[in-house]
Amino acid sequence: MAEEEKKENASEVPKEQEEKQNATQIFFEELMSGPVMIPILAIITGLLLGGLIVALTTEEVYTTFAQSPVQAILTGLNAAWKSYVALFTGAIGDPARMIAAIQAGEGEEIRRAFNPFFESLVQSTPYIFAGLAVALGFRAGLFNIGAEGQLFVGAMTGVWVGFAIKGLPPVIHIPLALLAGAAGGALWGFIPGFLKARTGGHEVINTIMMNYIAFRLSEFMLRGPLKRPESANPVSPLIEESAKLPRLFEDPIRFHIGFFIALGFAWLVWWFLFRTRWGFDLRTVGANPNAARYAGMNITLVTIVAMSLSGGLAGLAGINEVLGVNHNLALAFSSGYGFDAIALALLGKSHPAGVVLGALLFGFLRNGAVQMQLTAGIPIDIIQVMQAMILAFAAAPAIIRTIYRLRPPKEAEEGLLVRGWGG
Amino acid sequence: MATQAATLSRRVEYISPRRQRVMGFVFLALAAGIWLFFIRTVDAGVSTTFRLTPGGSDIQLADWVFATAPALNILAIISAVLGGYQLARGFGRNTNLVLGLVSFLFMFGFLAWAAADGSLNIAGLLRTTLQKAVPITFGAMSGILSERAGVVNIAIEGMMLTGAMIGALMGSVGRLYFGDTAGLWIGLGSAVIFGGLLALIHGVLSIKYKTDQIISGTVINIFATGMTSFISAKFLQKYQELNSPGIFQSIEFPLLSKIPFIGPVFFDNNVFIFAMFLFLILLHIGLFFTRWGLRLRSVGEHPKAADTLGINVFRTRYMAVTLSGMMAGFGGAYFTLGSVGRFDEVMTAGRGFIGLAAMIFGNWSPFGSFGASLLFGFADSLQSKLAILSVNIPSEILLMAPYIATMVVLAGVIGRGHMPAADGQPYEKE
Repeated sequence: MAEEEKKENASEVPKEQEEKQNATQIFFEELMSGPVMIPILAIITGLLLGGLIVALTTEEVYTTFAQSPVQAILTGLNAAWKSYVALFTGAIGDPARMIAAIQAGEGEEIRRAFNPFFESLVQSTPYIFAGLAVALGFRAGLFNIGAEGQLFVGAMTGVWVGFAIKGLPPVIHIPLALLAGAAGGALWGFIPGFLKARTGGHEVINTIMMNYIAFRLSEFMLRGPLKRPESANPVSPLIEESAKLPRLFEDPIRFHIGFFIALGFAWLVWWFLFRTRWGFDLRTVGANPNAARYAGMNITLVTIVAMSLSGGLAGLAGINEVLGVNHNLALAFSSGYGFDAIALALLGKSHPAGVVLGALLFGFLRNGAVQMQLTAGIPIDIIQVMQAMILAFAAAPAIIRTIYRLRPPKEAEEGLLVRGWGG
Repeated sequence: MATQAATLSRRVEYISPRRQRVMGFVFLALAAGIWLFFIRTVDAGVSTTFRLTPGGSDIQLADWVFATAPALNILAIISAVLGGYQLARGFGRNTNLVLGLVSFLFMFGFLAWAAADGSLNIAGLLRTTLQKAVPITFGAMSGILSERAGVVNIAIEGMMLTGAMIGALMGSVGRLYFGDTAGLWIGLGSAVIFGGLLALIHGVLSIKYKTDQIISGTVINIFATGMTSFISAKFLQKYQELNSPGIFQSIEFPLLSKIPFIGPVFFDNNVFIFAMFLFLILLHIGLFFTRWGLRLRSVGEHPKAADTLGINVFRTRYMAVTLSGMMAGFGGAYFTLGSVGRFDEVMTAGRGFIGLAAMIFGNWSPFGSFGASLLFGFADSLQSKLAILSVNIPSEILLMAPYIATMVVLAGVIGRGHMPAADGQPYEKE
């Protein structure tokens, strides 16, 4: 919200020349100490510490340490450097190979060279949806830990529409399947929202419980009603051709229009939050429920709607993966998008633009890590460790301020939502 | 001092007329359930056999055989009568106790029905229930310690996972250098220490830097999942000798283990189960009958008042959170050192979160949470038995039950829980 106000201020400034100078200066000072710098430094620190862990867990460091400590340290640094390089080439691609491919002008080789970059965008897409889901909840003062479960339910309802309904043109089938996915997620968000609004049951506990119910439900469904008849494994039938999200390039690039749909939803969430009365109500309830109550806002309704919308967005993350990438539903098809989304929503300060940037970062990290595991032999799980540290630093800016000796903020704007179970 | 604490722990209980009616209908519904689902599908003349001797025990006890249909009828009638009494007069403050009784009757009916025309080893079922309940109980006790002091700890899962991994790693290292038994204790000790260290991070983030406690807990969960999987993939899978700590063997209590039925179930287990009972008793006494517990709870209920009276709120919270992490580390070690003997990635599989649920279910009290853990452990152990009995209930549905039950409790249908008043709120000294 703070960023938004700043932008508005900035657009008013050009009226008078002198003030412009001043405002720009203030803007940059604020930038350095405030909302933008902290996440960037948090990311850098997290990535550096990840490299340190890689260096410290390299066996050669210890085997050579007795003979030559300098050599050992160099070995460790080298291992860390190699993993960064692998991470980069895995996430974006090998620049030399790209140039060579373009010079050769061979279509398939160009596609192969640029594939890592597009694959990262593919990985970012569910992060955008799930991050928006968590961010929307945050804006309403709700902690939606259940994005993962909502994602599973959205994938289940969506995949059913995807394979069971036949003979529709893609123009109808795709939106229908997306809608079904959103509806499934929304239902899974509605229940904790309703319980929160009507009984006061805390949404954190309820969404955690709903997560596990969703996991068990997906196991049950994939072994029962949603199982592919001809398969021995718990996997759903393939969706109809008409429900697949169109891919923009030929193989091996899996980049599909889901990415643009996600960007569209980011814009939609921004418009909803900051340009509609509903969004205003939602943010007011999140910022100060008491004030909202005195202003006559219907907190019960806002809570229920916010959790349902949040769940719907998470459901879209699930169905997007099904329609765009997997084309079917298998057990444990999401490896923690919904949980990582909590980190990236915080990193993006719960602003749709920030969420998109955070999602891109996480998508690139996740995709790059695959390459890192293959070439540098670093287990992919290091990414989670880095993400946790990035989140820790983003959530506790005081640590970053201490490390980099930044000025403390003028007002206490920290603490997105500090509220107990009772809430 | 002790009596004062005991008075404080006694809550004023008021049963609203609405709740009385709701509970009456719940009892009647369970009675109807026994009739509808069980009695109607049982053929007359069929009998149920409950075996009372767990496998491998040398004290033989005769099987308990009874006719299924009449027994189920009796159970249904008792439940219905209790429901009728609840609707007409109400059990007042004993309502929850009666709810437990009726639920027990329903479960008993379910088992009798499931084992109709066959046999079920009740002793074995109880034994696995108890074992499945161990990590859940440790998780719940971990939650109680920290939440009673006003710090929400959803990182129990991560702490348990760390405890499991460190237990396996350090246990194996200890075994290589100091032999089998010493290795196990080294592993257990390290698991406890690392659980505490992780909790200390949670404490620093949430108490010192006043990060939202749920965010801080999420950080630790993500970190622990990533770190344990990273170390497992990088070292434990490569060097198998770093992942074979062995397990604590069962200890047979002299005399007590010879008691028929009870002996083999309770007194022939490994150190984790005895430690669990010990900690339950210690925690109960500590929380409700000592100065330490009174202070801890006052910090969780009203930190400002506690501060005014000279209690160091920050120090108390740090202490509680660290103890909470140590408890979770102990419980996590059960997975590797008490049960499997090897670390697998994400092997806790949400037990920490179920522990959290058990804590809420048990109303933030040690023995209440233990009861809830037993219930959840029962659901867990039952699903493996049902497959053998060829009962046509999907095990996934059964496994959902604890989560649904927790949500029902949280919604206040069975009575609102008593959560520490300052739970989740960072304390700001003025």
